[in-house]
Amino acid sequence: MDRRHFLVGTAAVIVLPLAPASATQEAMAEAIRKVVGTATPTEGRVKLDVPPLVENGNTVPLTVTVESPMTASDYVKAIHVFNEKNPQPNVLSARLGPLNGKAVVGTRIKLGDSQRIVAIAETSDGKFWIAGADVIVTLAACLEEST
Amino acid sequence: MSNILVNAPKTAKRGEVVEIKALIMHPMETGFRPGPNGRIIPRNIIERFTATWNGAEIFAMEMSPAIAANPFVSFFARANESGTVVLRWTGDEGFAVEERVAIAVE
Repeated sequence: MDRRHFLVGTAAVIVLPLAPASATQEAMAEAIRKVVGTATPTEGRVKLDVPPLVENGNTVPLTVTVESPMTASDYVKAIHVFNEKNPQPNVLSARLGPLNGKAVVGTRIKLGDSQRIVAIAETSDGKFWIAGADVIVTLAACLEEST
Repeated sequence: MSNILVNAPKTAKRGEVVEIKALIMHPMETGFRPGPNGRIIPRNIIERFTATWNGAEIFAMEMSPAIAANPFVSFFARANESGTVVLRWTGDEGFAVEERVAIAVE
């Protein structure tokens, strides 16, 4: 790395935390409201697996498991994941059905800061279920310069 | 152009619930990061992933920039009949890629 690139890189790291407005608790609440409408999600049935302490926010494994028989009359319709402090509150929205057999979604996400992650599941009876998890991130995503 | 890795069983018992895992190479550029020249790199992400089993949709996922680069997705499916699972990724800059896996149900 030459001196010039080093300087540019350092400047980027210093300036960036001020630049994009990050999602806030209100933004997350708003995003959740868009999904659940006037319903109040109930704690339970949803299990959100995410490591409590991650070193690298660029790839954080996340699994959402919802207790459900996944039959034609009783199944999970959708699973949504939200975050507080990334630039946008939405992480993913998955659509499921009885053909899945198990209501499980696994993926890897980016986290820009230590924050709370929330998973919401919508069941076929129109009810919403919620679970949250706090994650501490030592190296945040999005901060380093692309190469 | 894109490298895809799919992990699904080749055979399954009728009614068995099988796990399907899919990984695709993609930068998932968020659109919030400045590049080496200080300008923001334009967003380039996969927005949507869908899976069909013999044409019927079994799983769909909307992705955001918060999904890690080289998106990995895992989900489950009930094996009711032998068939082809088609996985499809679509996104920014006209990105559209398909991968097929055959699962034989005994």
